[in-house]
Amino acid sequence: MASERQTAILRPGGVVLPGDIERPRTGGWRTGVKPSVDLTLCVDCLLCWIHCPDTAVQQKHGVFQGFDYDLCKGCEVCSEVCPTGAIQMVAEATPLDPRGVVLPEGGRRNG
Amino acid sequence: MAKTMLGVEVLTGGEATAHAMRQIRPDVVPVYPITPQTPIIQTFSRFVADGKVDTVLLQVESEHSAMSAAVGAALAGGRTMTATASQGLALMVEIIYIAAGLRAPIVMAVGNRALSAPINIHGDHSDGMLARDSGAVQIFAENAQEAYDLMVMAPRVAEHPAVLLPVLVGQDGFSVTHSAENVALLRDEEVQDFVGPYEIPYPLLGERPSSQGLFAMPDAYYEIKVRQVQALEAAEQVFADVARAYALRFGRHLGAIDAYRMEDAERAIVLIGSTAGTAKDVVDELRERGEKVGLVVLRLFRPFPHKALADALGGVQRVAVLDRAAAPGSFPPLFADIRAGYSGSAELRSYVYGLGGRDTAPQDIEKVFAELQRPAHGGIRYLGLTGEDQHGES
Repeated sequence: MASERQTAILRPGGVVLPGDIERPRTGGWRTGVKPSVDLTLCVDCLLCWIHCPDTAVQQKHGVFQGFDYDLCKGCEVCSEVCPTGAIQMVAEATPLDPRGVVLPEGGRRNG
Repeated sequence: MAKTMLGVEVLTGGEATAHAMRQIRPDVVPVYPITPQTPIIQTFSRFVADGKVDTVLLQVESEHSAMSAAVGAALAGGRTMTATASQGLALMVEIIYIAAGLRAPIVMAVGNRALSAPINIHGDHSDGMLARDSGAVQIFAENAQEAYDLMVMAPRVAEHPAVLLPVLVGQDGFSVTHSAENVALLRDEEVQDFVGPYEIPYPLLGERPSSQGLFAMPDAYYEIKVRQVQALEAAEQVFADVARAYALRFGRHLGAIDAYRMEDAERAIVLIGSTAGTAKDVVDELRERGEKVGLVVLRLFRPFPHKALADALGGVQRVAVLDRAAAPGSFPPLFADIRAGYSGSAELRSYVYGLGGRDTAPQDIEKVFAELQRPAHGGIRYLGLTGEDQHGES
């Protein structure tokens, strides 16, 4: 991310060209917390997917797949609408697996 | 050199500027009329209407819109010029900052005029000073000839790859914009050749798509902004190079400063704009009487030519800095700049003059030179002010 930003900064006016950034990474705005999931509580209702304003919730054929942290701004809407408490906000530094499941060394119990 | 001239015509500064614009043939001119810029745009509009130039003249609803359209046109890939004055420049200032930040090399003529209130249409530099920190290059002309020459030079400064910034070419309202004098025009094709084609690195309508004017977070804004500041600093050398190229080709050298009879001068005046003409006459007269006086006229105000100015001041003992603008609550802009960047031994004194078109007569300039022989007055002295409002003796 740093090198992509560097490229734009070096151009007059911070012009961004195709190829500078493969996809938007608006998750850089996230401050402090990110969503995690306890898959044993998830019922694939996909309310999180419907409500996410940043298309950060991933699903495939109606099955919850995890979060895209490049896009997630940490707004907490997913954890608010989750009817089973499967989605919990955790500190940014908490280690997660690619789906958003808190790894064993994580500092906080999931769900 | 002489063969490149069309010969001398009697033109106002505004008309001469319009001729420069016609010869440069900008692609787009978004504009809104305001006194004393009107002779510029009225004359240029006539050139467009008569088919003498194929510029797209956009008549918009305000100066804010004019400058906004100019930013779009310049970044799209068209050579873009505009013109304004006073309240119009004030309204443009928000977008001039954006033009500088987006590195849009727009050339604009300014008929420098007082700011309201009280409302006043006459010349001073308050409007230009409002745009001082916008990031634009700012040049001031002494007379109609300089207004023309600097306008022809301006696109090469604005569009230089190391600069890519707006350039404001100022001329004093009425005393230059509306005063007819002899102006030597270049041939159309000479101007075209000198200015060259408009080329910017990332035109929006070019072959390569680009995103411009993007949001920059705290992790990027600072770096982009400092690069913009450095581009304005680079404009000092670019201006010098363009002035040299112009002189070599057309025989008129318009450097960042005009040092007039400064050799062995003990007392000097520094100022900007049309009052230089009056001051030069006074310097000639005093020199005939054996007084060692001189004049330094700043053409380039942003970036500020600190070194050139210090060199010109040389061994001068006392300097009066004449500002045609006030900076309420502190020292006026030109004085403040010189005080900040000058490390020579001369004593600097601050004068304000000519606000709202108040005439500055030869006697006023003589008075300044006379006061420079006396002990320092301290603070700011208001030249040409009537009655008891004037500080100090008169």
